[in-house]
Amino acid sequence: MKLVGISGASVSFLVGGEAGQGITRSGSLLGKALMRGGFHIFGANDYPSVIRGSHNFYVLNVSDEEVHSQADTVDLLLALNRETVALHVDELTEGGGVVYDEEVELEKGELGRSGPGLYPVPMASIVNEIGGPAIMRNTVALGAAVALVGFDIEILKAVISDTFEGDVAEMNNSAAEMGYYYAKEEYGEGFGCRLEPSEERPNRIMLTGNDAVALGAIQAGCRFYAVYPMTPASPILHYLAAHDLDAKMVVIQTESEIAAMNMVVGASYAGVRAMTATSGGGFSLMTEAIGLASMTETPVVVMVGQRPGPSTGMPTYTSQGDLLFAIHASQGEFPRVVVAPGDVEECFYRTMEAFNLAERYQVPAIIITDKYLVESHKSTDPFKPGRIGIDRGDLITTEEWTEEEYRRYEITESGVSPRILPGTRGATVLANSNEHGENGYTTIDPWEVVAMVDKRHRKGDALKREIEGLRPVEVYGPDDAEVTLVGWGSTKGPALEALKVLQGEGVDARFVQIVYLEPFPSEAFAGVLQSNSEFILLEANRTAQLGTLIKLHNGFAFEHVELKYDGRPFNPGKIAGRVREVA
Amino acid sequence: MATMQDLATPEANTWCPRCGNFGILMAAKRAIIQLGLKREEVVAVSGIGCHGKMTDYIKVNGVHAIHGRVLPVATAVKLANRELTVIGFAGDGDAYNIGMGHLSHAARRNPDVTYVVHDNLVYGLTTGQTSPTSKKGFRTRSTPRGAFETAINPLTQALASDASFVARGYAGDMHHLTELLKQAIAHPGFALVDVLQPCVAWNRVNTYNFYGKRVYKLEEAGHDPEDLSQAYERALEWEDRIPIGVLYGVERPAYRENFPFLEGAPLARQKLDIADISDLLKEFA
Repeated sequence: MKLVGISGASVSFLVGGEAGQGITRSGSLLGKALMRGGFHIFGANDYPSVIRGSHNFYVLNVSDEEVHSQADTVDLLLALNRETVALHVDELTEGGGVVYDEEVELEKGELGRSGPGLYPVPMASIVNEIGGPAIMRNTVALGAAVALVGFDIEILKAVISDTFEGDVAEMNNSAAEMGYYYAKEEYGEGFGCRLEPSEERPNRIMLTGNDAVALGAIQAGCRFYAVYPMTPASPILHYLAAHDLDAKMVVIQTESEIAAMNMVVGASYAGVRAMTATSGGGFSLMTEAIGLASMTETPVVVMVGQRPGPSTGMPTYTSQGDLLFAIHASQGEFPRVVVAPGDVEECFYRTMEAFNLAERYQVPAIIITDKYLVESHKSTDPFKPGRIGIDRGDLITTEEWTEEEYRRYEITESGVSPRILPGTRGATVLANSNEHGENGYTTIDPWEVVAMVDKRHRKGDALKREIEGLRPVEVYGPDDAEVTLVGWGSTKGPALEALKVLQGEGVDARFVQIVYLEPFPSEAFAGVLQSNSEFILLEANRTAQLGTLIKLHNGFAFEHVELKYDGRPFNPGKIAGRVREVA
Repeated sequence: MATMQDLATPEANTWCPRCGNFGILMAAKRAIIQLGLKREEVVAVSGIGCHGKMTDYIKVNGVHAIHGRVLPVATAVKLANRELTVIGFAGDGDAYNIGMGHLSHAARRNPDVTYVVHDNLVYGLTTGQTSPTSKKGFRTRSTPRGAFETAINPLTQALASDASFVARGYAGDMHHLTELLKQAIAHPGFALVDVLQPCVAWNRVNTYNFYGKRVYKLEEAGHDPEDLSQAYERALEWEDRIPIGVLYGVERPAYRENFPFLEGAPLARQKLDIADISDLLKEFA
């Protein structure tokens, strides 16, 4: 395996064109081929909420070490239309190149800079020659890109064969091959980047946050998934619907998010691990049933993939604007879990953890992610099945129950009342949205009410103690760093890439990731604050919502705040620049 | 097999004397007993309103859910454990106002769930506002000049949504209602039973006397419950004669048959082990 980059230890590609030209698919095919060749990849898409037309692009960052986000610049631009060149030429690295269809006549001068190498490829005529549809031009471009960086076309062809079927696979393979040989003969090793594959295929997977959440749910024994389609969470539905028989999971597309969350409550009450996923708008509709889950002490898991709001906002872009909403959603006071994974691996393990916490404390568990995290591809080590087990908490099985009278909401020291499955001989299992006594029947008795409210909140206290022990605050970099970046969720990726840059420059910085936002791990975070470091808050929202939580729970106010709310992910270079200013 | 005593709860009843809910409660208990069900085999799901207390007054498993959401909860309970008999209870506000959307979808899904709607044509617990089944011109505290909207006809709505079992009962005829509920529970799919329920506090029009003069039994009228056009015709009757009984009843595959893995032990009783996802991971390698 050998990597030669223009600007350091990575090579970045941008595939761009119109919606409907298969941009994300192309980018991820190239990513998977490069992963199989021994590299690490990170791929992110950018697209508007339309089916055809309009500009789409996919950026792919490739490195010989783990890569956490897109790069700031583009080394090789694969332009499927002229617009792509115009829109992205300024992102090209000095010495970068542009692969485009020779039908588009580009002059070096019109690009306004001296740098880019121009690599026209007869995409349309190759596709015509093999009798393929116009969309297949993207595969020709991939073949050409593989040639320009000295990668192995056979690996790309194998990925194509694994992805498509029959004639489509064959035609795409021809397209890739013809693009490859054309570029190889025309341009040889003229392009400045090299990505030569390793001999052996690494044991690695490439997937999105959505894939990882879906796999985490399957591994955690989730057997019921009721959902209403909403970007960016819909791919979980597509994946689970395609695997429902293997996973023995009831997958239902409901009439609304209201129905979805109420179904999850119903399935969980009956004893099945159940989940749903949505974005902010759908979560707004779910809030009443989140309250139902909390009052009836029914475990539920929901993934909220944030996108910019309010209202419809920008449906296909990213945001961290729903943190305080997730923490406060639904009327009344009750304990809940809000956990924010920062990459695909965490999406998998923290989803499993969310199911355990939801059942052990009989509370709603909200996995808060965003479009950037759940739709971007990342290469990672295969998930280990035994790392997190299944813990259903205090659940009495039907066979174990011998008592005569069951009290669903028995007052206990921990606040957790043993659950029992409806259908158990001699037990009447009640779930009551009204305030209730220990037996589950409705009450307005002030003493009973206070006892029940206190019982529920004791669960919250215990939950907080447990969360402090679940690595709720992850620290990347030295404890005595001069500058500390603090963030949550998907900002982890660009922040870690920024640290790479800074490390190369000898700037001493670290990144602190708050993984659990509710209950807030104030003790773990207090440990981080024991430092003379300068702190910078990093959030993809307008009002610094994590900053609000930290002020509330730790009494600490950030002097430096870096906020981004244009719907696009953070750039590592921008973060690094801010650290340099503060250092 | 449950007895009347088994089904009694310690809760004091708070319904108005002579409320139609008493007839529905009694008929539901009798249906459970006469079908030979044990109380742990039944799950009652109720919404919000006077009817919502059903889960406080029948000693079976129960979910006292939120307003309008009886059907999603009930559908999921049945999918999670098909051995349970799931009976949803809702008011006309629940079922035909805030939760109206779920009716069509439950009907077309056809889960093996019974849906009993306490239809008193008025809002009771919120002290007397108009309901979606209130007739046009019906005067309430929210419609002092009379209701402006035409009334929803729940029966034609259910028929139009392809419900496999559509019936109407009358709270004033407990014996007939018991038989109807037994048929609805035994029906292997979604069964709507709209129950005419006099509200003694807020509806001075649709009283026991009003219904007593008008209701007639479909089974005594030569009605064919497998004939959809006959069902529509009967569903439209109201002014002089009001039909009770099964308007429409056909067998269609229940929703759970779409999931072959539900045919073995109920999902809720299957032991959870860490699933082996190694085959699934191959797709991502």
